[in-house]
Amino acid sequence: MWKTVLRRLLIMIPQLIILSIIVFALAKLMPGDPFTGLINPNTDPKELIRLKQEAGLYDPMWVQYFRWIGNLFHGDLGMSYIQKVPVTSLIASRAVNTFWLSLLTVILTYAIAVPMGITQGRYQDKWQDQAIQIFNYITFAVPGFVVYILGLWLFGYTLNWFPISGSVSANASGFFGILLSRLDHMILPAILAAIISTTVTVQYLRTGIVDNKVEDYVRTARSKGVPEKVVFNKHILRNSLLPIAAFFGNTITGLLSGSVIIETVFSYPGMGKLFIDSISQRDYTTLTALILIYGILTLIGNLLSDIIMSIVDPRIRIQ
Amino acid sequence: MEKQSDLLLDIQHLHTAYRLQGKFYDAADNINLTLKRNEVLAIVGESGCGKSTIASSIVGLYDHKNTKVTGDILYNELNLVGLNESLFNKIRGDKIGIIFQDPLASLNPLMRVGDQVAETLYYHTDMDEKQRYAMVIELFNQVGMPRPEEMYAMYPHELSGGLRQRVVIAMAIACKPEIIIADEPTTALDVTIQAQILDLLEKIQQQSNSGIILITHDLGVVAETADEVAVMYGGQIVEKSDVKTIFEHPLHPYTRSLLNSMPQTDDDSDEQLHVIHGTVPSLKNMPREGDRFAARIPWIPESAHEKDPKMHEVEPGHWVRCTCWKTFHFENEDSKVVSGE
Repeated sequence: MWKTVLRRLLIMIPQLIILSIIVFALAKLMPGDPFTGLINPNTDPKELIRLKQEAGLYDPMWVQYFRWIGNLFHGDLGMSYIQKVPVTSLIASRAVNTFWLSLLTVILTYAIAVPMGITQGRYQDKWQDQAIQIFNYITFAVPGFVVYILGLWLFGYTLNWFPISGSVSANASGFFGILLSRLDHMILPAILAAIISTTVTVQYLRTGIVDNKVEDYVRTARSKGVPEKVVFNKHILRNSLLPIAAFFGNTITGLLSGSVIIETVFSYPGMGKLFIDSISQRDYTTLTALILIYGILTLIGNLLSDIIMSIVDPRIRIQ
Repeated sequence: MEKQSDLLLDIQHLHTAYRLQGKFYDAADNINLTLKRNEVLAIVGESGCGKSTIASSIVGLYDHKNTKVTGDILYNELNLVGLNESLFNKIRGDKIGIIFQDPLASLNPLMRVGDQVAETLYYHTDMDEKQRYAMVIELFNQVGMPRPEEMYAMYPHELSGGLRQRVVIAMAIACKPEIIIADEPTTALDVTIQAQILDLLEKIQQQSNSGIILITHDLGVVAETADEVAVMYGGQIVEKSDVKTIFEHPLHPYTRSLLNSMPQTDDDSDEQLHVIHGTVPSLKNMPREGDRFAARIPWIPESAHEKDPKMHEVEPGHWVRCTCWKTFHFENEDSKVVSGE
């Protein structure tokens, strides 16, 4: 198993290099430079050129690229054009919020999707299956932002059950007070995001169970006198969970891109909101850093997927 | 081989019908068979003739919604037809062991093969984990697996076809069942492995005094292993006798056609193999009246067949369906009457 993980990590190196080149190229293609907005508009253009020369902006591209990479390794992602603080600390403060929201969303997604998929597979073609299938069509067809806005309007503004923005209320105090306030702010966006992202998991699980039910090895298990309940839980279900494990990486990626929308709708101060703000304020350094981080997180999601797969499926372990 | 007249399984008037587009069609039509201790009963026939249907009916492993089983399958006074699942689970794996055709598909890809064998023991014995492990190792030795301790921890995909089938056999015989049903146990294996697996089955049968139902389309396998043979066509048994009679004095046209389709090494090498005309009709298109094989021997006049072909005992223990065998001849042969002897 460790060989699989090691091999998978080695594959990630070229992926990271390609990712960094693409992000660097994107950053260079964007209009503006680190001095845009920093400098008094009345500054002598010659002075500006001198400053740019000092900053190395006229160096060959590859020199700039390697300098950028070098800075990355020191955790230096540059200064935000707009907020005038290091991008690293800007993102760090937001990343925590996004992390907790995403974690809660993942947990809720599987907590909702797995029982639904099992019910569908078990009661194939019965009313339970069809009822959940209707739910699946709805969650698949309705765009996330519609659900978020409706949910915000109904449960936030109208019913006043949940706060409508932010990540923690200003007057929360004490460890538990802050924790509860944070949860209170996360719970509505997390539930809504979870409902929207259940479709794929439910469908994979249903199909898996329906397919595995008629496999020969299930018949073998029955022929050994294994009770039907155990046949389902031990043989059918375990094999049906494989595609979900394989899809885990995509789920993570989906959450990250989904966070952009949900954090904007709920004014939740996370990376997604920062991303949208950076675009609208043309904060290119922050944007570049965020794109790089999203890219790396996607790669890590896929890595996790592969590691989980190699744990649960002996057939893909490398000998 | 000495034989006790110890009846293990008595199948009477078994009808197994599958639902196709709302209607039930008999895939096994009025089957009467018995299995004795120390006996290998072979059920032979082409694909789709109902062999496996009989096997799944015996062990109750069919789609209960779309299958209707009637008649009696008596095992020690217990009728297996319509038996409830929890009772059946006590018999399956313990009293009746089943070996399926495709050993790779028959094994759970995510479980170590040793654990899969141990699972049978878990449900039918009081052994603890250590005893089960020791028993599995012993079973692996018995079925001729090299390095059993190492094999225990392997996954199915890591084993060769022959080893996988040995695992499946170890699973089937784990609780020393009285009845072993082997559904095409050698079909998915290559020829050298086939012989080894058949030898193993014979050895197990001799050691355990069990009865084996061997389902196969391979007459070579039948000749090598079987004591009693039932030849099936279109869901019915058309001929039933001991193996010697079936091979030396076959009577039913289908049995004779099957035997004629077998390559003979001692024959003239340039002789063409016999080909049976047509194919087995599908379940829906199976004629329900008259001789079901008649359509595939069109040169035999209709008058030679019985209207409702019955099984006739032509000599003690030798049963043949229909009387058409009396006038049957192959297409290119002279139409001389074939005698019963």
